[in-house]
Amino acid sequence: MSNAPATTAAPPPVEKIRIKVDGRDVEVPKLLPNWQGKLEPTTMLQAVQIAGGEVPHYCYHPKLPVAGNCRMCLIEFGTPMMGPDRKPVLNPDGTPKIARSVLPYEPQTPRGAIACATPISPGMELYPSSPATKQMREAVLESLLINHPLDCPICDQAGECKLQEYSVEHGQANSRFVEPKVHKPKAVDLGPRIVLDDERCILCTRCIRFTRDIAGDDALGIVNRGSYNTIAAWKDGAFDNNYTLNTVDICPVGALTSKDFRFKMRVWFLKETKSVCSSCATGCNITIGSREGTIYRYEPRDNEAVNGPWMCDAGRLNYRWVARADRIHDVYVRGVKSTWETANREIHALLGRAPEGSVAIVAGARQTTEELYLLKKLATRLGALTDSIAREGEPDRLLVSADRNPNSNGARLTGIAFTEMGIQLPKIAEGIAAGTIKTLIVFGEDVTKHGLGADLLARLETLIVSDILPNATTAAAHFLLPGCAHAEKRGTFVNTKGRVQKFMKAVEPPGDARAEWEVLHEWVHQVTGQNGFSTIEGLFNQMAREVPAFAGLEWSKLGDTGVTITI
Amino acid sequence: MPEQFKMILKHADSAGYTPDMACYLRHGGYESLKKALATPARTLPDGKTQSPQEVVRDEVLKSGLRGRGGAGFSAGLKWSFVDRRSGKPIYLICNADESEPGTFKDRQIIYKDPHQLVEGMIISCWANDVKLAYIYIRGEMPNGAKLLNQALKDARANGFLGKNILGTGYDLEIYVHRGAGAYICGEETGLIESLEGKRAYPRIKPPYFPAVLGLYMCPTIVNNVETLCHVRHIVAMGSGEYAKLGTPNNTGTRIVSLSGDVQKPGYFEIEVGKVTIGQLIFDANFGGGLKPGRTLKAIIPGGSSSKVLKAGEVFKLNRKGADGQMTKVDVPLLDLPYDFDSLQGAGTMSGSGAIIVMDDTRSMVDSLANLSAFYAHESCGQCTPCREGALWLAKGLHRLEHGEGRKEDADYLTHIAQNIQGRTICAFGEAASWPVLSFVKKFRDEFEARGAADEAARASGAGPTPERKLAASPQP
Repeated sequence: MSNAPATTAAPPPVEKIRIKVDGRDVEVPKLLPNWQGKLEPTTMLQAVQIAGGEVPHYCYHPKLPVAGNCRMCLIEFGTPMMGPDRKPVLNPDGTPKIARSVLPYEPQTPRGAIACATPISPGMELYPSSPATKQMREAVLESLLINHPLDCPICDQAGECKLQEYSVEHGQANSRFVEPKVHKPKAVDLGPRIVLDDERCILCTRCIRFTRDIAGDDALGIVNRGSYNTIAAWKDGAFDNNYTLNTVDICPVGALTSKDFRFKMRVWFLKETKSVCSSCATGCNITIGSREGTIYRYEPRDNEAVNGPWMCDAGRLNYRWVARADRIHDVYVRGVKSTWETANREIHALLGRAPEGSVAIVAGARQTTEELYLLKKLATRLGALTDSIAREGEPDRLLVSADRNPNSNGARLTGIAFTEMGIQLPKIAEGIAAGTIKTLIVFGEDVTKHGLGADLLARLETLIVSDILPNATTAAAHFLLPGCAHAEKRGTFVNTKGRVQKFMKAVEPPGDARAEWEVLHEWVHQVTGQNGFSTIEGLFNQMAREVPAFAGLEWSKLGDTGVTITI
Repeated sequence: MPEQFKMILKHADSAGYTPDMACYLRHGGYESLKKALATPARTLPDGKTQSPQEVVRDEVLKSGLRGRGGAGFSAGLKWSFVDRRSGKPIYLICNADESEPGTFKDRQIIYKDPHQLVEGMIISCWANDVKLAYIYIRGEMPNGAKLLNQALKDARANGFLGKNILGTGYDLEIYVHRGAGAYICGEETGLIESLEGKRAYPRIKPPYFPAVLGLYMCPTIVNNVETLCHVRHIVAMGSGEYAKLGTPNNTGTRIVSLSGDVQKPGYFEIEVGKVTIGQLIFDANFGGGLKPGRTLKAIIPGGSSSKVLKAGEVFKLNRKGADGQMTKVDVPLLDLPYDFDSLQGAGTMSGSGAIIVMDDTRSMVDSLANLSAFYAHESCGQCTPCREGALWLAKGLHRLEHGEGRKEDADYLTHIAQNIQGRTICAFGEAASWPVLSFVKKFRDEFEARGAADEAARASGAGPTPERKLAASPQP
């Protein structure tokens, strides 16, 4: 034993509290992270979750300050009874006697506590399924519904609405409300991307708290009083920060809707695909909602290591280009519509006989890591200069990165680009001008905007371009190959912090477009004679074996939220 | 015949008494402050020593002073909960947002004797190591705010306030903050939010107990105007003498606001528990009886949110006999001593000390509809049961009041109210539901008769048409 090697220090023991949840003994940590990740006394709601139960709630959100206003999470509870000697009173069988919490002025009526904000204490008993708890939930739901317009058939939230779900689970079938409903503003233009239906709103204030405490923009508040309370922006249309659409996600009902998505598609028709946002190097995890080959929305997907439950509006709405009508659908060889077979045969022959150093490669940092890895293999065989192109923007304090490429680190780690991206471009330009570089391969960039103008491109013997949308470079291509949006293929990006994240295919690419890695896999095989993998899993694992930065990774172990590597 | 016992209002109503500094000083003003600041430290029998501030806090605790705002909680205990180890400043706020319908006692002090409040506040601040305090005064009392500001200015000029008070090195500043007209601003955490410049949404407890996380998330004491004035007298006479006033556990005096169907509505300062409800209504020294030819129907004993008591009710109260044993004694309504414990024993509360008397000409349905309209208007709307329930109650009662009732409305209203009480963030939930619960329970026949009459009228085609129902609803 004494010879046991010193390992990393064990984490300090977590102090536990024993409580009962619906009669079952449960041990829960005394402290748990609050919305900011700070340790605070464990709440009843957290304890019930640990016990495998659920406490219905509207205003509570694990990443927002606790408000405690919806009262949906009220649960009946009891605490060990204390005698006058401050010692626990015992039942005849020796178990501690429990004093159920009751109204002080009406001891026969149970008093609930809001599970979201009430800390547990040793020996406490929680009754999240008791008749009294159920009655409290029923009553809260009844209150929330009396003035609700019940317009589910035309409400975008239908199908993912907590008011619907809890009404089915915890509500009553009939209403006894015979009074006229309160009417409030409809279709309020809260900001450029958000519409508010005040009648559907249950005033949980999640949107206010998110906007104030997470987005740092105190744009929303409540006006009027009592049942006439109304959410409003401080000025009509003033709700305009880069995170407004998150309020649509966290709105438990259909009050806040996205102008982009509303009335477009019933949510139950949407296929959900796990993916990653490609609008910047943060790599927010997303769920792509699509139906029959059309993307309808991006939504953030919770990833503590990257974006939490949020994403920016710009990234969320940056999907329409995928379905643009001017997508490159077909293979063109010297301006003439052709086939992959023809183009590949010529490219294989051309690259196979290309003298060392006569080829250069510019590959966008929006290509997947696997594609960049294959391009690098090709470059090594051809002695080619390679580079990528930096794409910069204004960062913000929350999620948006200054680096607007989703995979700059993928380009760097595979060796396509140096740390300072674009440093090789002048050399490539010189090579073309001097006539030493005769073939240029471009993947997903318009190089005419980055020092390789149309005049230079005209000097090339061969220009091979793979892209998604037309531009000046694709116009000059001898071989034009239709590529895929990331939503149309599988692969990985490496984000700004070195998080290797995989994404899945949501929709089919248009026309003859093929995933670039499939094409490159063929080129590498034909040009270098090496065998590769024709599946993304095999390809990734091969890359992990060959590229030191990815050592030890496996596709199947990346999970849904990725793995962080040292960069 | 019992009489008023004027301590807080000793001078206020005497002829020629003015709310200025000179008059206050002529009547012994700020002597208690001087006495408090000169309090020596003391050693307790167990050898522990108490600082002068601790001595005064201990005196307030021993005096048995209970909060005069509504809850009747021990002021000394409230002070003892203050987190004094956080290193944060401790704030004291005087709650002068007197808005409970039927209550008009604090304004007597503010308008007639503002220095008494200021002195009580300075002593309380000093005893609690408070350097900054606020008076949150109801927006509807602009002259009161003016008078208080003048009083504070004069106190500063006389060295009772500001830097180095009376040469002791103690610094204190007090500011007056005017509310903007919402009942909920009188709820202590709503008041704190309002004072911070926010919507007066009461805070959830836990975790936001004012004694630990109050104003600006610092330990905070919120006391009622009358409560703070009593501190001055406790210091002046000592806790022992003070505790002899009133009755055990219900010490001191309190100002009762008497309104409604009595000959002489007004405010009366009494020793707590030494005067019965019957005496307050009927004695010539107090209400002087009902109007000619009327009989008593009900009283609301502690501000409009307290549960109504019906004429002729008899309550079982705990009484300590000569042998020290507690026994249950039958006490008729009019013999109820007006104190905290007796009214609690009668299933209601003395609340803000406001008695509203209702005689036989009053319709309980219409009275309750009026009260519920008030609570629907004043619900802040933060939490679901009160936000939706308070207006629901008001709408139901409005319907019943306007000839559109149903036999089942008594149960309907009761169930709605039961779903509010005890489930809200603050005590407003009780304030909105208790009147309904108690009115319907005690005058059920009246509510059912109204509903039955409306149903009969509708059946005969005489009543309002169902379409009219939509129009008959209180508007915001």
